[in-house]
Amino acid sequence: MAHAERVQGGGRRNARLLRAADSVGRFLVVILLTYLGLLAVTFFIGRVIPIDPVLAVVGDRAPEHVIARVREEMGLNKPLWEQFFIYVQKVLQGDFGRSVLTSNPVLQDIRRAFPATIELATLGIILGAGIGVPLGVWAAVRRGGLADQLVRVMGLIGYSAPIFWLGLMGLLVFYARLGWVSGPGRIDVAYEYTLTPVTGFMLVDTAMAGEWEAFGNAFSHLILPASLLGYFSLAYISRMTRSFMLNELNQEYVTAARAKGLSEARVIWRHALRNAMVPLVTVIALSYAGLLEGSVLTETVFAWPGLGLYITNSLQNADMNAVLGGTIVVGSIFIGLNLLSDLLYRVLDPRTRATR
Amino acid sequence: MKHSTFRAAARLISAGAFAAMLAGAAAAATPKDTLVVAWAIDDIITMDPAETFEISTGEIMGNSYDRLLRYDVNDPSKLVPDLAKSWTVSEDGRTFTFELRDGAKFASGNPVTAEDAAFSLQRAVILDKTPAFILSQFGLTKDNVKDKVKATGPLTLTIETDKSYAPSFVLNCMTANVAAIVDKKLVLSKEQNGDLGYAWLKTNYAGSGPLKIREWRANEILALERNDNYYGEKSKLARVIYRHVKEAATQRLLLEKGDADVARNLTPQDLDALASNKDIKETGTPKGTVYYISLNQKNPNLAKPEVREAFKWLVDYGAIGDTLIKNIGIIHQNFLPVGLLGASTENPYKLDVDKAKALLAKAGLANGFKVTMDVRTVQPVQGIAEAVQQTAKRAGIDIEIIPGDGKQTLTKYRARSHDMYIGQWGADYWDPHTNADTFVRNPDNSDDAKSKPLAWRNAWDIPELTKKADAAALERDTEKRKAMYLDMQAEFRKTSPFVMIYQMNEVAAYRSNVVGLKIGPTSDATYMFKVSKQ
Repeated sequence: MAHAERVQGGGRRNARLLRAADSVGRFLVVILLTYLGLLAVTFFIGRVIPIDPVLAVVGDRAPEHVIARVREEMGLNKPLWEQFFIYVQKVLQGDFGRSVLTSNPVLQDIRRAFPATIELATLGIILGAGIGVPLGVWAAVRRGGLADQLVRVMGLIGYSAPIFWLGLMGLLVFYARLGWVSGPGRIDVAYEYTLTPVTGFMLVDTAMAGEWEAFGNAFSHLILPASLLGYFSLAYISRMTRSFMLNELNQEYVTAARAKGLSEARVIWRHALRNAMVPLVTVIALSYAGLLEGSVLTETVFAWPGLGLYITNSLQNADMNAVLGGTIVVGSIFIGLNLLSDLLYRVLDPRTRATR
Repeated sequence: MKHSTFRAAARLISAGAFAAMLAGAAAAATPKDTLVVAWAIDDIITMDPAETFEISTGEIMGNSYDRLLRYDVNDPSKLVPDLAKSWTVSEDGRTFTFELRDGAKFASGNPVTAEDAAFSLQRAVILDKTPAFILSQFGLTKDNVKDKVKATGPLTLTIETDKSYAPSFVLNCMTANVAAIVDKKLVLSKEQNGDLGYAWLKTNYAGSGPLKIREWRANEILALERNDNYYGEKSKLARVIYRHVKEAATQRLLLEKGDADVARNLTPQDLDALASNKDIKETGTPKGTVYYISLNQKNPNLAKPEVREAFKWLVDYGAIGDTLIKNIGIIHQNFLPVGLLGASTENPYKLDVDKAKALLAKAGLANGFKVTMDVRTVQPVQGIAEAVQQTAKRAGIDIEIIPGDGKQTLTKYRARSHDMYIGQWGADYWDPHTNADTFVRNPDNSDDAKSKPLAWRNAWDIPELTKKADAAALERDTEKRKAMYLDMQAEFRKTSPFVMIYQMNEVAAYRSNVVGLKIGPTSDATYMFKVSKQ
């Protein structure tokens, strides 16, 4: 690369390009090391947990010679570092191996489980942020008042009540008693085989096929668990919004804006919130990432075939290919969303642009 | 102040929810030609009958694959024809000849021939997956199976065994899933690198049974469909859909609401509560699964005969039967579950702390001792372990419970590094030898033994009982064979390091418009194709 540089000749522009390339390169190295670390830690944890991975494949009843053969087929006889090396080598070629539980390539499993989780988490975070931020602002403005107390209680319940219990209660009330929503699962059995999955997102698939009745059904299955996750993240987001807003409302520029005669609404929503938004973006992004990891308990109660359930079930069976594949996906989500919120900073905060 | 506001609000919400629960649910409905079953089916790892050995898969195989013969679900000691219309055993007891029924077809349309039957059995032995031992225990190996299992006519199959076993033993094994008949032509057309279609059949279907497997999405759904090519009475249902629902409370809600027709993993409490619901019925059958606590003989205290017996007097069978396993189990103190040939129903033990104390004193342990027990954190196993912990304490035995996940405790158990273990054992095939083979046979007690039955896992060295178990497998007179098993069970009750607790009773709750649902004694005998909806 340095050679190519010299051929093109010097100049400020090239120097700047080089610096840019350098920072991109550094960035890539950091990402690569992050992934490698992630893989190594997961891999070795997976190998030291006291569960025999062969058991998941052959079951409890297999004769000894079958166990020995499968152990060899799975490469478990080799030294740990060699197993890890082989695994990384395969991953680099895009081969994440097969899950021993589902018999499918891990990537195919994740492609199926992940959309279910994304759909749930996205609607959840839209509800959580869409309601949580205004609530937090409201609480900050009415600090110490009844509104503040109400939001606080709501937040505390959302944050401290076990989501498992809330889920069951939600099902009892809205599904069993009131019949407002559909029950566990992603769609009614009646629609199960009239629909060919394209994207794996039920709402998108049904809308694309123009099956509006099925779309409505999928939505009524989705809304309860999504609201629950939404409530859970709302609790956190509203608390954080409140404290960020309180911080901003005490600043001098707010007083200045008021003195200027701006309407109170404008002061709160345009000036103060805009500034509070910067740290808030990280909070929302991380909440979203947390939901995307898959909420195991919610997925269990709602029989939702998502990523959280997939990874947990795989871990309990020492199905390491599946666990590693899932970990990489979850890791990528965190890295990706962190990047995204960094980028959003630059849009929201002019100062971060100026320093470049 | 803040705290009380919160608590009041929480109370308000939960009160509202419970009021809603009490008010009951209005029913939705599933399609009339479709049976929706809510069941934990995450144990399924394959759809290949030569490999499958899991409980849920057993049921799928029983509905989708035919075999030479089946046992009668109403009287499991009787065999009934399936693809074989008749069978004979040679004078010397080593050659079994099966005549296949004429005109049977696979779901693919290919005819069922003796070639297919021979191929299926050979394939299972050659692939040598977990259940292959059910066939290979008759002397069939990769090298000889093509000579020993042969099509001797278009519809005639012969199987030659290495010894003259009890004919009932051999025939019983032919009812197992591993002996299911697969479509040779179809399977071989999907073969890759000489794998006999193994990679393909893991997620596909090549059978002739009353229902065919349409789709399996792991941890989500398994769909069966009517097979119109089936030789016998066609399934009344067009579709059976198993939905993976892990949580019992969720299953119950689905059932009450009518979004599921059958719920399979309800807790004793759920079943109790549903008993008063007029829209819901329940059906149960004792299964071939027994639950036990075992004592590792590598632990010097547990190896004392008096201690082994003392433990049998330290279980409150009555209380466990009335509460923890109510609806889902029956107290049973023998290694053969009721339903198998020769199963004993004698239950001599009850809670008797004084007797246990006297035995412990005789063993020189009057002051008791400390010991650990590995326990899976699932019910009712955990509850039983805790109950035994309490009663054992009264005799001075201090049991420390080590909780763990299923696979974790099993890994430890298999390595014989436990003290006490609470577990269960389900019959692998419908013959008493399956349980005798594991509870009272231990041909080699060394650490690197070739076979590692439950007796081995608890280091119980029993050359005499092993001989008796071997002899019973060869006894051709059924009445004599039965007596031999009764004799082994009597000795086992007295001397074994196994505290047998109960036999599982599998209960399903179903909506009252479902007709003909009967849980089979083994997992592969719950026949959904006999079910209909009104």
